[in-house]
Amino acid sequence: MLGEGILKGLAETARNFFGSYFSAERLTTVEYPEQRIAPFEAARVFPFLVYDGTDWQAGLRCVSCQICEKECPPKCIYIEKSKDKKPDALGKPQFYPARFDIDISVCMSCQICVEVCPFEAIKMNTEFELSTNDRFGGLLLDREQLAKSNQYYHEIHATEAAEVDARLAAEKARVAAKATSIAAARAGEGA
Amino acid sequence: MNPSQGDSSIIAQRPEGLPPRTPIEPQSEGELLEIAMGPHHPSTHGVFRMDVTLDGERVVRLKPVFGYLHRNHEKIAESVSYLASMPYTDRLDYLCPLTNNWAYALAVEKLIGQEVPERAEYLRVILGELTRFQNHASSIGFLIQEMGASGTPLMYAFRAREKILDLFEELTGARMMVNYMRFGGCRVDASSAWLDRTRKVVANLPMFVDEFERLLCSNEILMARTQGVGVLRPELAINAGVTGPMLRASGVNYDVRKVDGYGIYNRFNFRVPLGDHWDVYDRFMVRLLEMKESLKILEVALKEIPGGPVMDSKAKIRGLRPKPGEAYGRIESPKGELGFYLISDGGPNPYRYRVRPPSLINLTILEDMCLGHDVADVVLIFGSVDIILGEVDR
Amino acid sequence: MIETSDQIFVLLLHWLVSFLPAPWQPVASAVLCAAAIVCLFPALFALAVWLERKGLGRMQNRLGPNRVGPFGLLQPIADGIKSLTKEDIVPLSADAAVHFLAPVVLVVTVFMGFAVLPMGRNMVLVDLDAGLLFYFAMGASTELAVFMAGWSSRNKYSLLGAMRAVAQMISYEVVLLLSSVVVVMITGSLSLTRIVEAQNHYTWGLPHWYIFTPWGLAGFVMYAIAATAETNRSPFDLPEGESELVAGYHTEYSGFKFALFFLGEYVAMFSISGLGTTLFLGGWSAPFSFLTWVPSWIWFFSKLMLSIFVFIWLRGTLPRLRQDQLMNFAWKFVLPMCLLNLLVTGLWRFLGDGWLRWVVCSAILLLAYVGIALGEQRKKHIGPRSYRYAE
Repeated sequence: MLGEGILKGLAETARNFFGSYFSAERLTTVEYPEQRIAPFEAARVFPFLVYDGTDWQAGLRCVSCQICEKECPPKCIYIEKSKDKKPDALGKPQFYPARFDIDISVCMSCQICVEVCPFEAIKMNTEFELSTNDRFGGLLLDREQLAKSNQYYHEIHATEAAEVDARLAAEKARVAAKATSIAAARAGEGA
Repeated sequence: MNPSQGDSSIIAQRPEGLPPRTPIEPQSEGELLEIAMGPHHPSTHGVFRMDVTLDGERVVRLKPVFGYLHRNHEKIAESVSYLASMPYTDRLDYLCPLTNNWAYALAVEKLIGQEVPERAEYLRVILGELTRFQNHASSIGFLIQEMGASGTPLMYAFRAREKILDLFEELTGARMMVNYMRFGGCRVDASSAWLDRTRKVVANLPMFVDEFERLLCSNEILMARTQGVGVLRPELAINAGVTGPMLRASGVNYDVRKVDGYGIYNRFNFRVPLGDHWDVYDRFMVRLLEMKESLKILEVALKEIPGGPVMDSKAKIRGLRPKPGEAYGRIESPKGELGFYLISDGGPNPYRYRVRPPSLINLTILEDMCLGHDVADVVLIFGSVDIILGEVDR
Repeated sequence: MIETSDQIFVLLLHWLVSFLPAPWQPVASAVLCAAAIVCLFPALFALAVWLERKGLGRMQNRLGPNRVGPFGLLQPIADGIKSLTKEDIVPLSADAAVHFLAPVVLVVTVFMGFAVLPMGRNMVLVDLDAGLLFYFAMGASTELAVFMAGWSSRNKYSLLGAMRAVAQMISYEVVLLLSSVVVVMITGSLSLTRIVEAQNHYTWGLPHWYIFTPWGLAGFVMYAIAATAETNRSPFDLPEGESELVAGYHTEYSGFKFALFFLGEYVAMFSISGLGTTLFLGGWSAPFSFLTWVPSWIWFFSKLMLSIFVFIWLRGTLPRLRQDQLMNFAWKFVLPMCLLNLLVTGLWRFLGDGWLRWVVCSAILLLAYVGIALGEQRKKHIGPRSYRYAE
């Protein structure tokens, strides 16, 4: 009560003042936008649609099952199913989305759409510098703006993309093995 | 039966044994001054208004007015599925999203009778205690900021908080709105690299707590401003339903972690600090001491965390339709007892979803604590209640 | 050469004035000195604003302004341009003449205080015999300006803020005066130049500054506390604290008049630090006898900037005191210590040279300080506590 508490406080502040010239611990400012911190691998901002190969329309993994639309909490996804079908990565004919809109001014980055998608078609992007002057449509991303290649997915989430590729390859192998065994069984029956 | 039309029969009577409210007649020659503090105010922790009636400098009556941040959380929960409510719980007490998630997950797990694997329980404890640490640090920082120390302790608290938020981002993908707990465990597993980084961060935190203590605890001005101010007697605290550090600073030994022992808390050896003078200084010191206890729990949990899955493989996340029934899941959140009450009617959405917000219930006693004090003290007393408007208004 | 650099401004003044005929020379010299002061201290004010923001930032582990100009040095200019281009709103019911005059009176009286401060050897604008008395007279007039501002705004909250500010300033004015009286007692003169010259002697290389004596140190500490309260700086800035509902006596001011209040506060800080330096820290005298080759005005201004840095340091560390605690502190703690200091100074003078007076004076002051502090603590039940844990 004799003033030593105040002196201790002053010493602490002085330590921080002088320390801020020497140690990064005491000066934690990162001067954005000249300096940027690299985002973490698990960081998530807004969703995007993955496509395999180079043609985004042909390689789009989404089969328009509309599960993500149903599960999305703020209902920011709007999907219109196509009338025709196109073959997917496994060769099976599937529907595809004629329209796939996400309103990123509503999206709350909760990642539930990614969790519930059975086809590994929608993943989280890490880009956040998306501000625009267009008030009424600028933040409504359509199918083309959302589609990004699997290569891009590898760039932003390397481990996750590798796991997804392994899972898809295993699925493909399993389906192929099943097909050959069925074909062999049929050939065996025929002979 | 409308109170505003003079029918006061439905208004609860003041409990027995309390001193009568100060009469509203002014004791000096002048008239009473009515002031509205907020909702635009630098010290009200969000959009919150207090209608204060002053007699000179003394507070004669105080009426809290809130609802400026009401976002229909409970009604939204009735129209979306159980899983989709999880990201909304992040936004209740937005400084502590992980504990909100945990409380909701606990409630649903009770409703459906779901078990949680051990690694997930340890992860929940680690994340919960990290959340408690950064919440208490921020709360103390904000209290000192309101006292006028031009933000220095707040900046130090945020420096520590940033490290913890980086850990959260690395694990869950987001710094604050984490959406991490699920019914039956956690969403993703923590890698050993993450655990190592957490151990390193936790090893540096005691130094931060010591620095904080040195800066603040024996500061004479702080002691003069906070000791003897905003006294909350234990009987009044219990009657008003106050929980959390505010209750413990009033000397009542009630910590849901010890009482319920939810999760695996009964395996950890931590102490519950209690206050003897029941004032703002006690609340602030109880939070500081709880920070130290959290560090103890963290060290043990990080050492003992077992391997295994973090999610029960049989757990159903999507399309959850619990059998009709009700459940109340509660945890010791950094603000107090946070509870979720769910009534299910067998459908995919809950029939009734109710949040017990500790901040709101702790706030009901604000007037009794502020009567007779100066206006400058009202801000401090309000800061010591440690509320978050997201929780108060939902 | 050393002599020239020390007296460079005096020589410059003489040279400039020599172009005028003899009857005009004293007036011209005074006008030129006054102009120099009026140009220099606002520039120092800009520097102090920059220093404060950078200093507070560094104490809080962050950078402070660094975008406007190199290292943010042009930030005060940007702030000045901003305040000049804002609309000057005068409330309809306000007393227009008083409302206009309040910032003017503040700035004028604050600048008048500089007239008697010796900023270097032979560098004082007016060498008054009763310089200290003149300074305190001007200092007390600033309080008038504060009350004019609060009164003329016709606003309940401004008036409350102004009354709080004036009560605080009046209480600490007493402390300021009493803690300066001890210097006058020992020097035997109210003239500031004589006070500095009395401290400009060296023993074994160390200076005879008054701060190095027991009564001087006590006087300096109390002067510093009073100075912080006089200029409404943290921890005594409740009258202008924004976390309370009353925004202070300058609520109803905007644009340039607000900037003038801000200027007035900072220049008052310079002025009162200047006086403190003169009284206790030896004014323009060098700290060691082997450093006397450095020009005297450099020493004065470095001590001034050091005091400003201490003000900034205090602001960054300490929370603010409540109004009644502030007043209690002044009247019940600092004032008795001031009166005791007077007694101790008298003892010092009459105990003669030697170690006895050091021991006696230090002992009396220390015992009194500890006694009063512990007594206050015990009475109010304020002190460190220990906490128990549940079983």
